[in-house]
Parts: sequence; structure tokens; C-alpha cells
Amino acid sequence: MADSKKPAGGRARWEKETLGPHIEKHPERDVEFSTVSSLPIHRLYSPEDVEGLDFDNDIGWPGEFPYTRGVQPTMYRGRLWTMRMFAGLGAAEETNARFKYLLKQGQTGLSTAFDLPTLMGRDSDSPLAEGEVGKEGVAVSTLRDMEILFDGIPLGEVSTSMTINAPAAVIYAMYLAVAEKQGVPLKKLRGTIQNDIFKEYIAQKEWIYPPEPSVRLIVDTMEFSAKEVPQWNTISISGYHIREAGSTAAQELAFTLADGIGYVQAGIERGLGVDDFAPRLSYFFNSHNDFFEEIAKLRAARRIWARELRGRFGAKDPRSWMLRTHVQTAGCSLTAQQPMNNIVRVAIQALAAVLGGCQSLHTDSMDETLCLPSEQAVTVALRTQQIIAEESGVANTIDPLAGSYFVESLTSEMEKQALSYIRKIDDMGGIIKAIERGFPQREIAEAAYAYQKQVEEGRKTIVGVNKYVAENEEVPIPLLKIPPEVEERQRARLAEVKRTRDGKAALSALHDLTAKARTTENLMPAILDCVRAYCTLQEMGDAMKEVFGEYRETSVF
Amino acid sequence: MRLLIGKVGLDGHDRGAKIIARALRDAGYEVIYTGLHQTAEQVAATAIQEDVDAVGLSILSGAHNTLFPKVIKLLSEKGAGDIVVFGGGIIPDDDIPGLLAAGVAKIFTPGTPTSDVIKFLEEEVAPKRANAR
Repeated sequence: MADSKKPAGGRARWEKETLGPHIEKHPERDVEFSTVSSLPIHRLYSPEDVEGLDFDNDIGWPGEFPYTRGVQPTMYRGRLWTMRMFAGLGAAEETNARFKYLLKQGQTGLSTAFDLPTLMGRDSDSPLAEGEVGKEGVAVSTLRDMEILFDGIPLGEVSTSMTINAPAAVIYAMYLAVAEKQGVPLKKLRGTIQNDIFKEYIAQKEWIYPPEPSVRLIVDTMEFSAKEVPQWNTISISGYHIREAGSTAAQELAFTLADGIGYVQAGIERGLGVDDFAPRLSYFFNSHNDFFEEIAKLRAARRIWARELRGRFGAKDPRSWMLRTHVQTAGCSLTAQQPMNNIVRVAIQALAAVLGGCQSLHTDSMDETLCLPSEQAVTVALRTQQIIAEESGVANTIDPLAGSYFVESLTSEMEKQALSYIRKIDDMGGIIKAIERGFPQREIAEAAYAYQKQVEEGRKTIVGVNKYVAENEEVPIPLLKIPPEVEERQRARLAEVKRTRDGKAALSALHDLTAKARTTENLMPAILDCVRAYCTLQEMGDAMKEVFGEYRETSVF
Repeated sequence: MRLLIGKVGLDGHDRGAKIIARALRDAGYEVIYTGLHQTAEQVAATAIQEDVDAVGLSILSGAHNTLFPKVIKLLSEKGAGDIVVFGGGIIPDDDIPGLLAAGVAKIFTPGTPTSDVIKFLEEEVAPKRANAR
């Protein structure tokens, strides 16, 4: 029975009676509206846009398959996301001080940024390290640096994330050795190593060895941790860097999940049961400017992963189905112009990450287009999270945007686009084959170039850069500088370690590592022996390089 | 003009370098891209071998104060000091005067439209190179 007061006839009627006449007199601001990824966005979303959705199967309940609404039943009502600020600068003592400062300011987890030589498996005194030591993060060449890095920080009581990939097994072993020295049982340790080599080939480009031995090392860490460090997240399967390299949100989602599928396959090929290691795979996504696209992306990610693990891999443990993710706000969206605007960008991106249901969050500092974060800037970034948590009210209820015609429609659209890419990669024979063909690399380069053209043609606006530009801008904020003395100090420390260690024991451990690398034995114990003997990062890397070889990229641009 | 776009040092952030390389190619220049992880020696050698007019260097890791001048010094030592060197990346304003003094012709920081780079090459580099050849 139609209520005589209620208008009948839905959207078509509205468009004809109200919208049409209005638009004739007041045209919209643009011909097309789209996300930062160029995904078209409609004027309005209504019930018909979510007609195909089934509440129980597609949206469901928090803490239950397919986890669209969140992996924990109480989400932030039970426990807030971990406020985990990525930090690293200079030598170990500088970063140790920054760690302690951030913990004092209320962050709830540690996250370590290493310098470029360390990331590339080079020692601070390597010729290639010249000018790079301590500039992009903390320099770590031996166990001695790691001991100083975590001095006064009880490893049994904090969780630590370490952004390290090609040399991850070695850095991980150093962390475990520090825990040993502190008397903390390995079973008590909580943390994450990024340890995601696929995305290095695709986007971040911090590699040493070719794919096969790199995957061997990753599965070694998975196998070792399943037994010895059961609370440790062995991989942080990352989309962040894929997005930073210029991909769209859908590509970020697709390539990251394809990487995850690749790691699960690798674990199974090793002979591990999927439920033995999958619960400790974790994720890491970007949070870019387009607010709703990012929220939909995270919700879609959970739904896709749950279905893949249960469907494709037959995982039985619900913990294998759960996609737990760290998020970082988008570095590539920040501007060098009018840097204080970046505080606002980060706040919006952080809010999206929270509404998207992340487990852990890093917020960028306003000055990161210029240098490493100053103390002042990183404090504001941390306060951003604390204000969202304590003042905005969004953490009072679980997955507040569920049921929104727009958000559910967008979530489904992101899922559809990602699955299309995943099927394509499946058809290529999996992610390793896709990488060898240069498929994700080319997609990313195309998307990056297309976006740059949109910005230069004014079709996409960046405030302060191509609109609202300040004339004769002066940078009003203090900038952090890493003095050259850091490099000298690091070289001196390294020389001292090499002088005072038992050289014979170190050499013997390295030879043993090379020998074991030729077999299929798990390398973690041999790496740990090298670490305890104060072998250097590069010595250990080179000991394995003898067997594994070096990766060379065929560049596409 | 022939151009070399180079990623010098360990820095793997190549989004900007690749966009610049492609934009310059689309603008009609002959562009060679070095790929990643090049030493200063390798970049200088490639620049001379390829007989380029200008080299664009990209560094986002903070090592620009060491590596940009090093490339310039090497080019000069090998008698190729007339090759124009420009650069971009994560470079604080404070560092720019020092880099210019070391011989870098221009620094392009984040947010620079590719058209600025093309303009620089057309208006400042092309005339210089026409005289040199």
C-alpha cells in the first residue's frame, strides 16, 4: 500500500522531477568524478546499488568469516589499534633515544626503519654505503648495533616491527640474539619482520638474491618461527610500497594479495601445513587520500583473503582466514610545498585506516618530503592517532560504515577489480611468473605516469602544488639533519667489533653458513651462530650470495 | 639531445626517475635510463660512453650531497666536464646552494611538473650543448 505522503518511483522519478531541472540551472562542478585512482564515482548510491549483496555471506559479523567487518569480535572497543611509529635515524644510540621518546609519548609498539646500506645488506663501511649511513634510517651492521638499539627496552614486554626485506633473516636473528642476552624466551617475543621479497621486485627494489633463494629464506623464517617464535609475524605482505610506486588502489590490493597467495603456495610446497604458518602472515597497506576508496579497499582485502585461504587453500583454522594489517599513511601524497598541510592529509588518511579496521597504524610526519621526521613533527603525527582514538568517537562502535550503500558498493567494486587481476596473475602461472614477465612493474609504471599527467593537466588537484600555490614560500618548520660524523662513528664501531671478536669463530661460522646454503637445510640456526659470533650483515649476506647469486633487474620505464 | 637518467647509489625509489625518463622521451629526446643501484663511476662511464648531452640524477635516500658532486667530479676528471648534470629527489632547500656550487646545473624537488624539466633542457641546456658540439 503506497503511503500517499511518500513519493513513489525511486531513482528515475527523482532524476526526472528534481535532479534534472536542478542540473539544467546549476551544472555540477565537473563532468566526471573519480577517486585518486581514477575509479569513477556515481552521483548517488541507493539500495539498488547493493541489491546483490547478501548480509550474512558478504558483510557478516566482526570476528567471523569473511571478516569484512573486522577480524576481532570487539575491534577497538576491546583494544585500540597499535600506535606504531616507524622510526630510525643515524646510529643505534640515536634511534634508541627516539624509540624511548615515542614510547614515553604513548605509542604502543615499536617500528624500526633501517638505513639504505642495511636494507641492501651492506655494512656501514662498504664503499657503496658512502653518504648513505644513517640517512634513511638506523645503521645496523652487527649484533653490537642491535644491542645498543634495544638497550633498556625489555623485548618481552614490547612488540617490535622491523622493516627489512632482503637481509630480513639476518636482522631477525640479531633481534632474537638480543632477546637471548636479555634472558627473554623466544616464545614470549612478539613482533613482525617485513620479509616480503615479492614486492621488492615489484616496487621497493631492495633486493640481493634472485627470487628462488629469496623465497627459500622466507620459508626458512616461517618454518623456524612456527616452532621457536610462535607469536612472531613472519611476513608483512605489503601493498604500501606498491602504492607508493604509483599503483592504483585496486592494483595495490590485487598485487599484494597475489603476493600473499604466492607465499602460502611457497609454504605448502615446503611441506608445511597451511594452518601451521598462515595465522602468522600479516599485511601492510597504504592509506592514501581518497577516504572512502581506502576504507573499501581494507574491507575488500579481508573478504578476499578469507575466501582465498578457505577456498583455494582449504585452511581450517579461522586464524588462517584472518587478514590482520598494519597501515601507513601515504608518503607519496605529502608535499614539500606548504608542509603543514601534510598534517591535515595524514589526519584524514589515518581516519580512513581506522574506519577500515586496521590493527596497527603509522602516521607520517609533515616534514617527510624534506628529511627524516623531527621530534616535533613525529609528536604531532602520534597525537593525530591519539586524538582520533580518544576524541573523535569513531572507535566507539565496530565497522561504522557497514551498510552504507556507497561503502558496500565500493567494497564490492574493489573486490571485483582485485579478483580480475588475481585471476590474470593465476593465468600467468602465479606471482613469480608475473614478476619475471614484468607485469605488475609495467602496470605500476603506467598508472604512475597517467596520474602525473592528470596532475600536470590540472585534472587532479594537489593543494599547494597545482592549486593554492604560495608565492615565495619559506619552509617554517625545523628540519632534521644527520651529520656526517654518524658515518665516521659507525665505521669506527664496526672496525672495533671486527678487531675484538673471535675472528676464527666468525670465519668458521660463515663457512658453515655457505655450506648449509648449498643444502636445503633451514638456515636460521646457522645465521644465528654467525650473529652470535659478531659476523657482519654483509659478511653473512656475501656468504649466502656465493651460493644464491645476485638479482639483476631489466628496467622498464 | 641525448639524455641519461641515472639512479645513483643504493636508492631504489624509481617512480620519479621513470616518469621523468618517459616524459622526456615523449617530448622527443633520446633517453637512456641507467636502471638502479649504479655507482657514481658507472653513471659517469655510461654518460661518456653514450655521448650524452646531459645527465639527470635521482636520489631520495639523503645521499645527494655526497653522490651528486662525485658524479660531476668524475665527469670532469675524464674530460667530460661539459656534460650538464641536473638532479632531483628528496633534497632540502638548504642543500641546494651547496649542490649548485658543486656544479649541479639545477635541482628539481618534489612537485615539479615534468614540463619544468623539459623547459630547462630546451632553454638552458640545448643552447649550451649546441655551442659545445
